[in-house]
Amino acid sequence: MGITKRDFLKIAGVSAIGAGAVPASKAIAGFKDQVGPNKEALTGERWAMVVDVRKCPEGCDDCAKACHFTHNVPEFTYNKRHEIKWIWHEKYVNAFAVPENEGEYVDKATASRPFLVLCNHCDNPPCVRVCPTQATFKRKDGVVMMDYHRCIGCRFCMAACPYGSRSFNLKDPRLGLDHTHYNKDFPTRMKGVVEKCNFCAERLAVGKIPVCVEACKHGALAFGDLADENSQVSKLLRENYTVKRKPELGTLPMVYYIVR
Amino acid sequence: MLELEKAIKGGPRYWAWIVFLLAVIGAGTLAYLLQLRDGLGITGLSRDVTWGFYIAQFTFLVGVAASGLMVVLPYYLHDYKAFGKITILGEFLAVGAVIMCMTFIFVDMGMPTRVLNVPLYPTPNSIMFWDMLVLGTYLALNLVIAVPMLAAEYRGKQPPYYILKPIIYLSIAWAPLIHTVTAFLYAGLPNRHMWLTAILAARFLASAFCAGPAILVILYLLMNYFYKQENNMKAVGKLAQIICYAMIVNMFFLGLEFFTAFYSGIPGHKHSIEYLFFGLHEHGHTYGALVPFMWTSLVLGVTSAIVLVFPGARRNLSILVPTLVVLVLAAWLDKGVGLIIGGFVPSPLGHITEYSPTLPEVLITMGVFGIGALVITVLYKIVAEVRQAANS
Repeated sequence: MGITKRDFLKIAGVSAIGAGAVPASKAIAGFKDQVGPNKEALTGERWAMVVDVRKCPEGCDDCAKACHFTHNVPEFTYNKRHEIKWIWHEKYVNAFAVPENEGEYVDKATASRPFLVLCNHCDNPPCVRVCPTQATFKRKDGVVMMDYHRCIGCRFCMAACPYGSRSFNLKDPRLGLDHTHYNKDFPTRMKGVVEKCNFCAERLAVGKIPVCVEACKHGALAFGDLADENSQVSKLLRENYTVKRKPELGTLPMVYYIVR
Repeated sequence: MLELEKAIKGGPRYWAWIVFLLAVIGAGTLAYLLQLRDGLGITGLSRDVTWGFYIAQFTFLVGVAASGLMVVLPYYLHDYKAFGKITILGEFLAVGAVIMCMTFIFVDMGMPTRVLNVPLYPTPNSIMFWDMLVLGTYLALNLVIAVPMLAAEYRGKQPPYYILKPIIYLSIAWAPLIHTVTAFLYAGLPNRHMWLTAILAARFLASAFCAGPAILVILYLLMNYFYKQENNMKAVGKLAQIICYAMIVNMFFLGLEFFTAFYSGIPGHKHSIEYLFFGLHEHGHTYGALVPFMWTSLVLGVTSAIVLVFPGARRNLSILVPTLVVLVLAAWLDKGVGLIIGGFVPSPLGHITEYSPTLPEVLITMGVFGIGALVITVLYKIVAEVRQAANS
């Protein structure tokens, strides 16, 4: 049996009275205002993203740049093996099929178009299933999260992810950051833990949409709650034919693609 | 009267071997300190190939640990008396193998200081949780059985079978379990087609029951050679027969994988096998670093199985021993190299990243093998000394 937060506050309050410093009731009331959920936080039942591939121009990398800066994702350009990435572009055949299926009859425009890939925040995530410490877990609103402080670095989740969405810090990620120019509001990681896209959980908590969506000047990305009929993503899914990556695996990915 | 501290002392050859092992362990430890400081980036691992040499050795050694079953089961369930004196060796080999398994898992961890998070946050939906549980239990079972057995042998008394028998029966059921659960680590992952096969656990067991007993026979013969004891050729011949059948079954299972992959023609099923045996093409390059190893494994495996079919070869130590060495090498290349690394190529995004271990990685691997060899040397030496004292 551990001490709950409530017990702790009681003890703390009683101690405060004992010390005659601050009246207990006042201390607790003041503290409560600072904890509790942010009233501005965005809440949803089932967060999802829609990528409109038609609007995604070749050569544009704004979303990935914004994401990687916001989340202090290190850059190890000298060695591709150590690469860390949360969101990036792949070719159609890599994102959706296996290279062999790149037949000569695939529509050339589709085949050459950049396809944005990121964590799918699956409704049935294999990474969560295999994690031996619950360091990776799914929130009620569908966001698949990583606890960098609990991860033991076994990389079972990376073997389990069918989308290659996870990266492992093979070396100290802080070596790949510009120490004069990084986001001080988001924690850096240490070597030996796995990381990936978190659907900007830290931004949702303060009422902001994911930074990749915000950074896209072409309107190719939409984010919202699938449980809400009026959300932009629900509308897009109603009005367009969409596909998901490897739906046959039963992972129920929550990133949808409008291809044409 | 034999005392334990005497049992672990020996002649110059023994000490030379111990010093050699300590040197290997020392080199591995230094390399591990480097890995601890700089991270797993000092290995050949990458974003695409996230498990390599360490996990492959772990997988191979779980098989070695399970293989004691091939002497324990015939002795206790079928009263096959010839294996009587070998069962303890099988159990002590399992002890050494499980210790190596656990060490390999440990050195593979990105955050080794957090190893206790696994028992602290028990997660039944993770196979790794179960694997830790079954391996730990198996280690305990083997110690609990082998130590009193040896003590009884030393005192010239009957072992306390009324307590030991139920534990022995449990360990007989437990041995296939450890390798099955280890196979489940891989066989339940969506989109890792090489492992996503219902026959994976069966393949693991087949290769375990040929390579493991082969190592056991080699160790048994070595022990008798150093202690000038007579070999029980009935036991050796029977084990060689078991090894032969297990290798044939192992090869048959591999053939099944080939059929399903290539006759169905499903790209995902074919890719990893193609990578291992023929090489894959991307951007005009052919990637096939493992091709020579896999063919070596195949040829050596088939050859050793064919040789072992002949009773004459099984009776003749100068043929049997090299054949067993070749068989172990074949099984090790298949499982300790190909199976784990092949599962990661191509990546889920269809890219090809090749893997080869680095020098520090090899040193750490050798160091872990050194620890296992040291444990097994000492345990086997105690057995040999006990038996010598009993004979004199």
